[in-house]
Amino acid sequence: MANLTANFAGIRSPNPFWLASAPPTDKAFNVARAFKAGWGGVVWKTLGEDPPIVNVSSRYGGVSYNGTRVAGFSNIELITDRPLQVNLDEIKQIKRDWPDRAVVVSLMVPCTEDSWQRILARVEDTACDGVELNFGCPHGMSERDMGSAVGQVPEYVEMVTRWCKQHTRMPVIVKLTPNVTDILAPAAAAKRGGADGVSLINTLQAITGVNLDLMAPEPVVDGLGSHGGYCGPAVKPIALRMVADIARAMPNLQVSGIGGISVWRDAAEFIALGAANVQVCTAAMHRGFKIVEDMIDGLANWMDDKSWPSIEAMRARAIRNYVHWSDLNLNYKTVARIDQDLCIKCGLCHIGCEDTSHQAIAALRVDGQRRYEVIDAECVGCNLCFLACPVDGCITMVRQNTEAAVLTWDHHPNNPLRKEAAA
Amino acid sequence: MGARTLTETGTETGTETGTEIGDIAAGRLDATRLAENFADAHPPLTPAQAVVEANRCYFCHDAPCVEACPTGIDVPSFIRKIATGNPRGSARTILEANILGGSCARVCPTEELCERACVHTAQEHKPIQIGALQRHATDWLMAQGTAPFARAAATGRKIVVVGAGPAGLACAHGLARHGHDVTIFEMRPKPGGLNEYGIAAYKVADDYAQREIAFILTIGGITIEYDKALGRDFTLDTLRRDFDAVFLGLGLAGVNALGLDGEEFTSVRDAIDFIAELRQMPKDSVAVGRRVVVIGGGNTAIDAATQARRLGAEEVTIVYRRGPEHMTATGKEQQWAQTNNVRIRYWAAPTCLFGEETTLTDVEFARTKLDPSGQLTLTDETFVLTADMLLKAIGQTFVSTPIQRADDVPAVRNGRIVVDAERRTTLPGVYAGGDCVPGADLTVTAVQDGKLAAAAIHRQLIG
Repeated sequence: MANLTANFAGIRSPNPFWLASAPPTDKAFNVARAFKAGWGGVVWKTLGEDPPIVNVSSRYGGVSYNGTRVAGFSNIELITDRPLQVNLDEIKQIKRDWPDRAVVVSLMVPCTEDSWQRILARVEDTACDGVELNFGCPHGMSERDMGSAVGQVPEYVEMVTRWCKQHTRMPVIVKLTPNVTDILAPAAAAKRGGADGVSLINTLQAITGVNLDLMAPEPVVDGLGSHGGYCGPAVKPIALRMVADIARAMPNLQVSGIGGISVWRDAAEFIALGAANVQVCTAAMHRGFKIVEDMIDGLANWMDDKSWPSIEAMRARAIRNYVHWSDLNLNYKTVARIDQDLCIKCGLCHIGCEDTSHQAIAALRVDGQRRYEVIDAECVGCNLCFLACPVDGCITMVRQNTEAAVLTWDHHPNNPLRKEAAA
Repeated sequence: MGARTLTETGTETGTETGTEIGDIAAGRLDATRLAENFADAHPPLTPAQAVVEANRCYFCHDAPCVEACPTGIDVPSFIRKIATGNPRGSARTILEANILGGSCARVCPTEELCERACVHTAQEHKPIQIGALQRHATDWLMAQGTAPFARAAATGRKIVVVGAGPAGLACAHGLARHGHDVTIFEMRPKPGGLNEYGIAAYKVADDYAQREIAFILTIGGITIEYDKALGRDFTLDTLRRDFDAVFLGLGLAGVNALGLDGEEFTSVRDAIDFIAELRQMPKDSVAVGRRVVVIGGGNTAIDAATQARRLGAEEVTIVYRRGPEHMTATGKEQQWAQTNNVRIRYWAAPTCLFGEETTLTDVEFARTKLDPSGQLTLTDETFVLTADMLLKAIGQTFVSTPIQRADDVPAVRNGRIVVDAERRTTLPGVYAGGDCVPGADLTVTAVQDGKLAAAAIHRQLIG
């Protein structure tokens, strides 16, 4: 049985599945239920200074796709709206009750050293395992110069991280906002400031939809809407890219992967791209805490099948294959192959190729029966038909010219700036 | 062998004896049960179900379901419009190809047509419920009460349609859209043809046939005159003289007989009449036997047998001379009958009707088989079913007498009016469609006939 123990930023947990700082971790009631269900850790919903902030009604927006609910999710909720001491007392009790689980506390206070020093002292008293600096929240708090307003300025990220490292012995995790052009800049700043790790992504600024009757963005609050923070399965590809960029550029910086993780396979992908653990929110909000059972079970079974003994053994294994476009082999050539026995004659391979790509799949009638055939000479191996085909295994992309030498853009004759081969 | 009493033959029936013969009665079930039994047999999808089902559709290119639909409804498009929340567009897509799309959604043998062709059938044996989705969309539009199509400016051309069945209505609507004036002569007191008189009540519940026709007629330009029969009140000659074009949607007015003595027993009926009575009369006034035998293998046999059960008959048996695979009733229809506790006995044909005076008592059957040359033959093996009522559902026939009372008569071959691909008869300006022309006897094919004829008539008149 694979060892699922995770170690992120020096914080150990029995499995890599943590609940992200969000509504599911706002109270002891929820967190106790989560731990009972098997979650390896939590990042407590962000604490701030008293008096607590005030939240609106109508806080979440969802994106349904083809009948699938919550393919994307957004919120305009702020940090905890409960008094600081109430949260601290509950955190202390939870950590006492669940000593083997990771309990990290998310923090967001104004950008002054005093503020951070004060709250760190009080949080440390809970005996929690670490703090996560919320530099990601892109709505509401950012307008008050907190959250992503800090995360978007690398100098602030570095400065606050440094303050925190000075004023606490606890591990300091910096949660990054994806609402930046270059994710490496705030990650490097966190590293310079001494962060023990970074977690990402926080939510993306977004409007999930427009209520066309009210002519107002969703979620609508009394006829009006503001942008929210977008998350859920729809953002996973964005998160994977940002995690991978950091893991590739800063292999020694610990990363906690966040963004649309719903099933064990998502987690495996984040870990393969360098994450030491993962944080989940939307999937739990959609289906409850019980999903972690399959996350643990599925990941362990897959790791056993693949003979990965531990999380650390497989971590970042895909990073070596994550390269720049110019490193790709231009001599690699595939063409689509259609298994005629599996084909159900939906024609989606043909129409996508015909209308939008390379006219490389012929629509034939043979004895009156539909038959779709790849025209090898026209096929550029783009994968579109393979992706559109609703039947698993019906279309495969088959490698051609396996003998050809690797040729990258750097050396391609069409590249005016090509690197000449050494004489 | 003639009509005899069973005791004369000395045949053992093996069934219970001493029961009352000729046990035929109306109102075997109370009003509540009858209402339940004749309510919509397949209730509509809820909006949520419709969206889930619509989202299963792959939106195929060159979709096999479209090709499988005799009216060529753009099935992927109408389904996608359900999924995207565009029910008006969905219904229009359906009705553009098939103005009786609401009826067809209820009565089409979809398992033999679009749903059999659905690629999901190939993939996982679970086709998209195309019929149910079609009903969802057309019901939505009908509930809005607005006509899907506007009528073009009046052309002043007059066309006569004989028969207000699906073919005639489809033809009339197509012509009315083009701005022509259409008069329909219908020999019955109501429009709809088999939709009104020939289909089980629970398939088109809540007076659906009439509601649909009212919806179709909102386009304007169509006048229906009832109790007007070809060959009686007018002839083909007068129609051709008085109108710019003629469409014949005459249906099948005749029924096949068993050719056995005893067919005159009072409780030996044509199934089609029994079905019509069930559609036109209060259910508690329709008499049914305690033990009913239905002869035949088509949907008429299924509809008659199942409705007999639902009226309160205790034992209903369909006897068909060939096997289940030969029945024109689909497998799904056969299962439906069996689900209703109708017994289906295959490979047997009636040989003798037994009775006392004018009352049917028993029916003797001979087992049948295919001889080595593939011909159906009777064997010596027989059995007898006690029956209070026998319903004949062994096919309907085209009666050509009405069209023959004219100087010029269109060609009739193999008992159907000869038509070309545009539904032109051999007589200039005369078109025909529906069950009176060759092809499958389905509502959907009748609609296609009417649609094609309307297009051809329009081309003939306007060019």
